[in-house]
Amino acid sequence: MTLAAASHGFLTPSGVEIAFLLVGLVTLGAAVVTVTTRQLVHAALWLVVALGGTAVEYLLLTAEFIAWVQVLIYVGSVVVLLLFGLMLTKAPIGRSPDADSGNRWAAVAVAAASAVALVWVVVDAFRATWIELGTPQGSTETTGRSLFQYWVLPFEALSVLLLAALVGAIVLSRKGDTAITGDGGTPPGPGPGTPPAPGGTAPVARAATGPVATPGPAPREEQR
Amino acid sequence: MHLVYPAVLAALLFCTGLYGVLARRNAILVLMSVELMLNAVNLNLVAFDAWLRDTLHAGQALTLFTIAVAAAEIGIGLAIVLLVHRHRGISDIDRLRDLADTPGTPDADATDQQPQPDTKAEATA
Amino acid sequence: MTPTTTAVLVPLLPFLGAVVGLFLGRRAPGFVRPLAVLPTLAAAALAAVVAAGVGTGPATDVATRLTPTGSVPIDLALHLDGFAVLIAVLVGVVATCVQIYSTGYLRDDPRYPSYAALVSLFTSAMLLVVYTGDLMVLLVGWEVMGICSYFLVGHYWETEAARAASLKAFLVTKLGDVPFLFGIFALAADTGTFRITGILGSVARDGLDHPTLIALLLLAGVAGKSAQFPLHTWLPDAMAGPTPVSALIHAATMVAAGVYVVARLLPVFAASAAALVVLAVMAAITMIGSGLAALAQDDVKRVLAYSTVGQLGYMTGALAVGDRGAAVFHLLSHGAFKALLFLGAGALIHAAGTNSLSAMSRMSGLDRRVPDAYWTVTVALLALAAIPPFSGFFSKEAVLGAAEHAATGGAAGIPGAAGWTVLISGLIAALLTAGYTTRLWLLAFRGSGPEAPDHGPQPLAMKAVLWVLFVPTAAFGLAAPFLPDWFDGRSLIPTLTTSVLGTGIALVGGLVTYATWRHTTAPATRTAADGAATDPGRVLLGPLYRPAAAGFHLDAVYRALFVRPVRAAAVLVRFLDREVVDTYVRAAGTGPRWLGAAVRRAQTGNVQTYLGALLAGALVLAVAAVLVAMGTGA
Repeated sequence: MTLAAASHGFLTPSGVEIAFLLVGLVTLGAAVVTVTTRQLVHAALWLVVALGGTAVEYLLLTAEFIAWVQVLIYVGSVVVLLLFGLMLTKAPIGRSPDADSGNRWAAVAVAAASAVALVWVVVDAFRATWIELGTPQGSTETTGRSLFQYWVLPFEALSVLLLAALVGAIVLSRKGDTAITGDGGTPPGPGPGTPPAPGGTAPVARAATGPVATPGPAPREEQR
Repeated sequence: MHLVYPAVLAALLFCTGLYGVLARRNAILVLMSVELMLNAVNLNLVAFDAWLRDTLHAGQALTLFTIAVAAAEIGIGLAIVLLVHRHRGISDIDRLRDLADTPGTPDADATDQQPQPDTKAEATA
Repeated sequence: MTPTTTAVLVPLLPFLGAVVGLFLGRRAPGFVRPLAVLPTLAAAALAAVVAAGVGTGPATDVATRLTPTGSVPIDLALHLDGFAVLIAVLVGVVATCVQIYSTGYLRDDPRYPSYAALVSLFTSAMLLVVYTGDLMVLLVGWEVMGICSYFLVGHYWETEAARAASLKAFLVTKLGDVPFLFGIFALAADTGTFRITGILGSVARDGLDHPTLIALLLLAGVAGKSAQFPLHTWLPDAMAGPTPVSALIHAATMVAAGVYVVARLLPVFAASAAALVVLAVMAAITMIGSGLAALAQDDVKRVLAYSTVGQLGYMTGALAVGDRGAAVFHLLSHGAFKALLFLGAGALIHAAGTNSLSAMSRMSGLDRRVPDAYWTVTVALLALAAIPPFSGFFSKEAVLGAAEHAATGGAAGIPGAAGWTVLISGLIAALLTAGYTTRLWLLAFRGSGPEAPDHGPQPLAMKAVLWVLFVPTAAFGLAAPFLPDWFDGRSLIPTLTTSVLGTGIALVGGLVTYATWRHTTAPATRTAADGAATDPGRVLLGPLYRPAAAGFHLDAVYRALFVRPVRAAAVLVRFLDREVVDTYVRAAGTGPRWLGAAVRRAQTGNVQTYLGALLAGALVLAVAAVLVAMGTGA
């Protein structure tokens, strides 16, 4: 498969490679902004860019079906879910100074070390590997064939998993009665007298007022 | 196309997500970072599938499965976060410290650490 | 029954009696006395039968091997010769007398059953030592005697003195027993057998490789058991035990075991002139020192104990000049009259209500209170002082005669120095012996002052036994012409020179003491009878009195040499344990505690911290794995 890698130098990139690099840079930049921005809603929006960029990369790697699925699921539903979540937990709009926790520098160190190690290993291993993109790999037809020819059983098992997730999400987010009454029904609760969070980060004061419960996430799972 | 490009991009995306998981306070932001990490894995899967030209298209099938699992994960995760938020009024990960090993009796410490009684009820929920 | 079966029964009967007595003692008190007396009596009778059977004929040797025991075999062997059978008779008779006497003496003692059983066990062990033909079996009996002695001396364990004395007796004899064990091993290694006949044959055939070493090692055990200088200090203290025990153990039997072993193994000792000289010097120091100490003691039993030490010195002296016939002769007669003395002293103490001689000297009429004890003890004291015609005279003259024989070079292979040492010290000791016997008699029976209190009549058992023992005390000397047939054949008839010399010296000693006593009591009676002033020993010894009363401070020497270092070592060990070893133990506890505190600080409950640490660790592992893979791949 690794045919004549030497003939393809890094200094003479093909058009696909240039496109991949550019989109990759955008994706990476969006991802970095996602994990560093102090505005929580912006983070979700930058995540859209990053996920969309990944979808484009899939396209460049000739996996078109996956690209569309990516757009549909991630950009379409996951990010929407996340935004719902942000809203339901009353995330502050605007800059929040304590978006990063205390062990930020440890996180930087671990992440940087991982990055160095991974990039070093990957580059060392696949320096001369060439992907032949002549024939598209992931058209809808081929993907569908392989999926329903070879991967039917896992596919069905996956549907069971999704069903379980659906049920679990409903049970978890149901407003405190039968199933979780044992504990959730009589919570000490964040009563108004004991606001656990000192101001700023989250407007917890109204948290206990009933109707904020989330009927939200569960049904949406059905899309997939 | 060189395999190095998607591989390096995946590695960097993964590490970005890793940083997010470790550094973000808000649980929903942590979930976003997890999504980034999953995407990095997906990118790798697709790239290697394209490189290996697998007749079974195992890489792409696995990517699809991963996406589905990620969707399920985000649903359950959000449900948990909302539940925590409903009971505790917070969604900050680093203030959910039920697992902390505090010397002495837990009750004595509960008086000066306010989240303590709430978390206890929550943890069993 | 063949003589062999009879001989086997002799140690076996008291042993069975002891076992049954121990088990039955609590449940059936009525059986205790018969169980104590009858097996011992039967053993004595059987021992007499064996003696008659063996007679003057050749020694009987039988052996059976129970199990192979490696390189040097151990046999259950019997060796019956004149020495063994006669000493067995002595042991049996004295043990029977003691058991009968004890039924009276300890009739109210709650621990009588265990006491009687231990005495029976002790008798059995001594008979085993006497009859056995194998050194290992002998050692078994030897050690059983040691432990029985420990228990019996500590019979009145409520008193501090008895506890201390029993421990001391045990430890001091063990101090000698350890070299003794090594000596036996060395002997067996040299000769290749534990059988006494085999050893003696081997010694006679081609000698020993290390005769002096072996003899000195064995000598240490003998000194411990037979209370010879410098290991004699346990014997006077052992008088804390009941008087019959003193009579049995510390007069007739156990202390005789050491002498007996030397007599049995005499050729081994004779192989080394140095060992003989050491033995002679040991005997000389023992004789003179114990005589001086006996002259200063206040306790009747301690006087008798020191006299026992001195008489044992005579026996070892006889062995040092190579005449075991004389030694065993003296052992036999001494066993008889010393047992009588102790039992009589027990009756005396019983009547006077005190052990103290000075207290006895302040009461009159003791001789009328216990007439049986008075007469028998008087005769026994005469025997002890070697006044003819009593048994002690003959046996002691036999010893002195043997010493003179050796001193004049009449004995082959015996150093003349040993002979002279024994002879001179024996004569000095005869003087001292006569002195302290006179003193004892005068203070005990010729006291002046108020009438002795009446403690009621003596039990018949106690009186009868005294007269039984009186017979050999008075008349055993008549056996002197016949005994050589049983022993080595050397004449035991007193020679004229030593007889005249010894008896004369003894008479001088007695008369000097009597004169001193008259001199001191005459003014003392006028000045309201100060007991201490009437003690002739105090006047005779002069400045030596105090050290002699304290046993020449040998205990203090032992204290400085052994007790204090051991205590210091104990303190050191305690310190090491508490401060050094325990430090590690405590550190083993506090180390993990601190570690736990440190680790607890890491348990913040912050999931992100945990995850960060987890990933960092995983990263390190991954990098390490990659590096290793590259290292091995390259």
